[in-house]
Amino acid sequence: MNSLLAAVVPLILVGVPGWAALRGADVFKALTDGAAQGLSLFKTLAPTLVALMTGITMLRASGALDAAAQLLRPLTAALGIPAECTPLLLLRPVSGSGALAVGAEIMKNFGADSLVGRTAAVMLGSSETTFYTIGVYFGATGVARGRHVLVCALLADLTVFLVAGWAARVL
Amino acid sequence: MVLSWVWLGMAAVSVVFGLLTGRIEAVSRGALEGAGAAVQLCIAMAGVLCLWSGIMEVMRRCGLAGGLARLLRGPLGLLFPGARGDGEAMEALSANVSANLLGLGNAATPLGLRAARRLHTLSGGGRSASNDLCMLVVLNTASLQLVPATVAGVRTAAGSAAPFDILPAVWVTSVCSVLVGVLAAKLLSRTWR
Repeated sequence: MNSLLAAVVPLILVGVPGWAALRGADVFKALTDGAAQGLSLFKTLAPTLVALMTGITMLRASGALDAAAQLLRPLTAALGIPAECTPLLLLRPVSGSGALAVGAEIMKNFGADSLVGRTAAVMLGSSETTFYTIGVYFGATGVARGRHVLVCALLADLTVFLVAGWAARVL
Repeated sequence: MVLSWVWLGMAAVSVVFGLLTGRIEAVSRGALEGAGAAVQLCIAMAGVLCLWSGIMEVMRRCGLAGGLARLLRGPLGLLFPGARGDGEAMEALSANVSANLLGLGNAATPLGLRAARRLHTLSGGGRSASNDLCMLVVLNTASLQLVPATVAGVRTAAGSAAPFDILPAVWVTSVCSVLVGVLAAKLLSRTWR
């Protein structure tokens, strides 16, 4: 199972360009053009991350994050979520780059392969910036009454947080 | 705008808390360390992100995304009964979902918005979202991405031994969350007018 999983990424790296070459695409050109797009994404992401990681590291150093985690531990323990991941839970639906900064800080502080770090990674990887997405879609269509959308989207987010702790431990 | 408050909140709480607990020295050091850590993070994950963006561009150019979109048309018709007979809506819908699955974030949003406008027109417009439009938005607020490359990049930067070994956990979690979102949208669409 593990070696199968380790093969997923290399197989994509061979399979996709291989398929593209068969279809007659200029593989290397596409690859480097795409990489350049990745770099420009970086240019917009980096300043946001500098600001937000400064904030979250200050918060960690002040002891406020640990105090909040201690306070919430009884509740999160009952739900099977590491208490250290709660800042992520609060920020995820609101801000994508904020959640990325918090997640990165959690992984750095507790270790990427620790249970806390893995749970944070699963939470980040299985959710989207709910409020932003709803705003964009309803803004583009001119819809004022979203009916059940927000409830459903937040239920889906809640599911991510409830399942992530378990999935990071078991899978 | 939200981020202004998030940032202010973080800074204010850490200064007040630092003063109360006598850790203001550590807070001051933390500020400088955090800024440096962000740049380190960016550099460490830049490679993974650029490589993956490259692969995604190859997927787009060789028609893989289009092929996946054609496969998705049938199943998506079940989720969007109001759009089933409309070629334009189904095309944009399936292209949006396929771009989301492949992680083509930049392509997914414009396609999704095109689908949203078409669905809104089909339902007669107005100020209220139709069932199909609600379903589309719920699908896009959940994560459908098969390979979460950004998270793998962050894990690489944090020194993970196997950055992609969270894939099964991410898949199971995403599937649960999408199922809950879709079921809730189907159920609530009858009662919530």
